[in-house]
Amino acid sequence: MGTLNSTLKFYMPVLTIVPTIKSACLPRLVQLSHLHTSPNSQAPVPALPEKGGKTRHGIIPEEIFQLLYPKTGVTGPYMLGAGLLTYILSKEIYIINHETFAAACMGTVIIYGVRKFGPDVAAFADKLNEEKVQKAQEVKDLAMTSLAQAVLDEKKEQWRAEGRQMLFDAKRNNVAMLLETNRRERVHMVTNEVKKRLDYQIALQTLHRRMEQEHMVNWVEKNVVTSITPQQEKTSIAKCITDLKVLAKVQQAKATVAI
Amino acid sequence: SLDRFPLGEKRLMDVKLGELGSWLGKRDFTPNGVLASIRNGHDRYYNKYINVKKGGIGGVAMLLVGYVALSYMWEYDHLSEYRLWEYDDLRVPTTYSIIHLKAL
Repeated sequence: MGTLNSTLKFYMPVLTIVPTIKSACLPRLVQLSHLHTSPNSQAPVPALPEKGGKTRHGIIPEEIFQLLYPKTGVTGPYMLGAGLLTYILSKEIYIINHETFAAACMGTVIIYGVRKFGPDVAAFADKLNEEKVQKAQEVKDLAMTSLAQAVLDEKKEQWRAEGRQMLFDAKRNNVAMLLETNRRERVHMVTNEVKKRLDYQIALQTLHRRMEQEHMVNWVEKNVVTSITPQQEKTSIAKCITDLKVLAKVQQAKATVAI
Repeated sequence: SLDRFPLGEKRLMDVKLGELGSWLGKRDFTPNGVLASIRNGHDRYYNKYINVKKGGIGGVAMLLVGYVALSYMWEYDHLSEYRLWEYDDLRVPTTYSIIHLKAL
């Protein structure tokens, strides 16, 4: 019965405590060649056998029958059992007392109970085991699917990482563009500054020339005005008047001729 | 055919009857050896009859029958007082008879 597994396992920890205490007391130096290696073998755990060793009538192992079959046939072990029973009873190696009757009653009840309820109990225990195995299997399946998904995700990340080159090209283009704009800005600035300086020089020269011109004109005018003496002024004015009179006469003559 | 192998390493069923004494002499009777043999026997019984998917009643029943037999052997001296007849004497023992058997 599978449920007895857990009860019989209670002294398994005793057998495992001794080696763990020993390994906890001694410090262990891990050599570099021993990293990523474990003493556990990589082979898969062998599956449990389906059925246990066969027993005849529940208490006699089948091996006895197989042992005696060649020499005594099928009824050999039963004859052996009957003979042993007779011997034990007759020599009073087994003493018949009141407990014999109690044993007989208990034996009958136990055998009847096992015969009647055995299969049901076995099915129940099998169901419990089945549930345990199913839970473990679910955990294992979940772990497998999650790990497979992780593998797929990792592959996808690797594929993504291959696109690094495009990213770098784009970044390189950006940097080149920035440098180019910067260079052009500076070229513009340089031309503007140079133009400003040259314009300043031109304005300065035109100013000089204008000032010289004006100054010269003023000086010439002043000199001419001062050179005109009053006597010259009178004679020129009289000449202008006579010229104007002549012109008036001519004009009048022209006018009368026209009419 | 198993004569080439050293005596101490053969299993019990492979040892010839005449070699039994020397085979016993070669077995490991130190405390460690005794414990190892006990553990070995336990592992063999456990893995054959109990540590299986669908174990039958035999695994536990044999242990219980063995326990009953062992406890009977330990109590034999006490139980032999309730013998119904002596072996080589068919008289009923004088101290006790069937009528005077104590009810425990």
